[in-house]
Amino acid sequence: MILEARDVRKLYGPFVALDGVSLAIREGEFVSIIGPNGAGKSTLINVLTGTLAPSAGTVRVRDRDIAGSGPGALARLGMARSFQLVQIFPELTVLETLQAAVISRLGRGARLFASLRGDRHVQAEAQDVAALFGLADKAHVRARALPQGDKKLLDVASAFALKPEIILLDEPTSGVSTADKHGIMEILVGAAKRMGLRAIIQVEHDMDIVFGYSDRVIALHQGRVLADATPTAIRDDPRVVDAVIGRKSPAARGSR
Amino acid sequence: MRRSVVPAIGLLVAALAVAALPALAPLYYVTLMLPFMAYGVILLGLNLLFGYTGLVSFGHALFIGIGAYTGAVLTTHYGIRHMELILPIAALAAAVVAAPVGALCARYVKIYFGMLTLAFGMVFYTFLLKFYRLTGGDEGMRMLRPSLFGHDWAGLSKTAYLVGPYYYFSLAVLALATVVMWRIVRSPFGLCLRTIRDNPLKAESLGVSVPWPRWYAFMISAIYAAVGGALLAPPTGNVDPTLAYWTHSGNIVFMVLLGGFSSFFGPLLGAFVFIFLQDTVMSVFPYWRLVFGAMLAGIVLFAPGGLMGLVTRRPHGEAAGA
Repeated sequence: MILEARDVRKLYGPFVALDGVSLAIREGEFVSIIGPNGAGKSTLINVLTGTLAPSAGTVRVRDRDIAGSGPGALARLGMARSFQLVQIFPELTVLETLQAAVISRLGRGARLFASLRGDRHVQAEAQDVAALFGLADKAHVRARALPQGDKKLLDVASAFALKPEIILLDEPTSGVSTADKHGIMEILVGAAKRMGLRAIIQVEHDMDIVFGYSDRVIALHQGRVLADATPTAIRDDPRVVDAVIGRKSPAARGSR
Repeated sequence: MRRSVVPAIGLLVAALAVAALPALAPLYYVTLMLPFMAYGVILLGLNLLFGYTGLVSFGHALFIGIGAYTGAVLTTHYGIRHMELILPIAALAAAVVAAPVGALCARYVKIYFGMLTLAFGMVFYTFLLKFYRLTGGDEGMRMLRPSLFGHDWAGLSKTAYLVGPYYYFSLAVLALATVVMWRIVRSPFGLCLRTIRDNPLKAESLGVSVPWPRWYAFMISAIYAAVGGALLAPPTGNVDPTLAYWTHSGNIVFMVLLGGFSSFFGPLLGAFVFIFLQDTVMSVFPYWRLVFGAMLAGIVLFAPGGLMGLVTRRPHGEAAGA
């Protein structure tokens, strides 16, 4: 078990965002978390990445309790994340963004007088990640000047540059045109394989993406796990269809 | 390649011109270079905080004051006249004060950071003003002529001393401060500062600690301000509380804005233009603050990159030094 959450509850005052969520991620899995708005997906991601401390329950990464330990500590434990709203460093170039992640992973951030340019190791790793994500030709472009799809890729790529074992992606294709979505996912999955990631967890609304890439799907509804099964089983689960995926109207079905 | 050669040549020419200036320019302008070099050191440090870390301090005159008063106290009360000793002691004094002040301020950003630094600056200003027996109150203290390069230069007139050994001593300090800062901003640490400036949430998710680099940057900038402050005192021979007053803090922020905080050399250009422009405007127009106020508004509105931004305007999105 690479990541395990047991009976996680999260309360915001009287509001119960997570009501006893248990899940386990195994080595080599690509798991999608789905659910309607307000189901608790973002809260769950924040609890799993240590950004939020759960009100009750435990989160364990490789048998270490990480509940509320903070994103910095988690990065050092081999867990990285990307964000729903794309998070970049606007004034930094693509390469600098990736270098920052590499420096952080290697614990070289306190080197005051060392030359960044002269650090071949950091340079080479950042270049490799840029190439893996198809950003090599934009290595010297500032992040703010990138198209939206590339910003999203850079956000994810910088998380990958931490060489994590587990990565949590909060809606990796949100805000990206439908045409670009599969391109981003292909790059992402390819990079994960090349870099030897052990597990990917994503929150995603787009069911094409969910069913196209996941080994397992966890459906959340009102702060609880509604179903936890293979994509095929999820698609055929009437509770999930009713609460999360939605039924196609007869007219839409007829048009197919 | 060409892009990095042109600025390097420009820099070399500028350095040679500054070095040759005492032989070429009228004495008056040579003496004006002295505050420029002192402010140059101060602004290099201030911009590590402002341009590279995204924290605007409105209380940095506190550390200028510490540097200047350290020099005055050492020369008048303790008989320590070696500038080579005064500068490290001034730096140490600033570091001792900046450690707790910075630890507190670095937890805040934006206006809260600015207001906290302003508050600490005002506390120190009041201390200088009210503790008359220690500081000389509003009259300040004398700063005796420091010895440089192991000589006391007693045979030289004040002007000859200032445009001679003192000029080159200041230039050497500025050059050293520039080289050290150049290394700092191009180090892994410098990159971490910029990630924190741009997006602390993202920086943290990449495992970059946010408060520590802010604190380090505060310490370094305080040390630079104190060294520059100690350099400011000998030309006037006197230090007084206005050095630590908040308007002085405002002036140095203005110099950084004028030159451009997003470029390494912008603040140096800002100091140069400020000092020479202030001198020119003051001599023809008594209300020089009016002119500078209008300039500040103009820069903020029309040239947020400062003078350096006007000179080195780049194609959209392309990064400097790339």
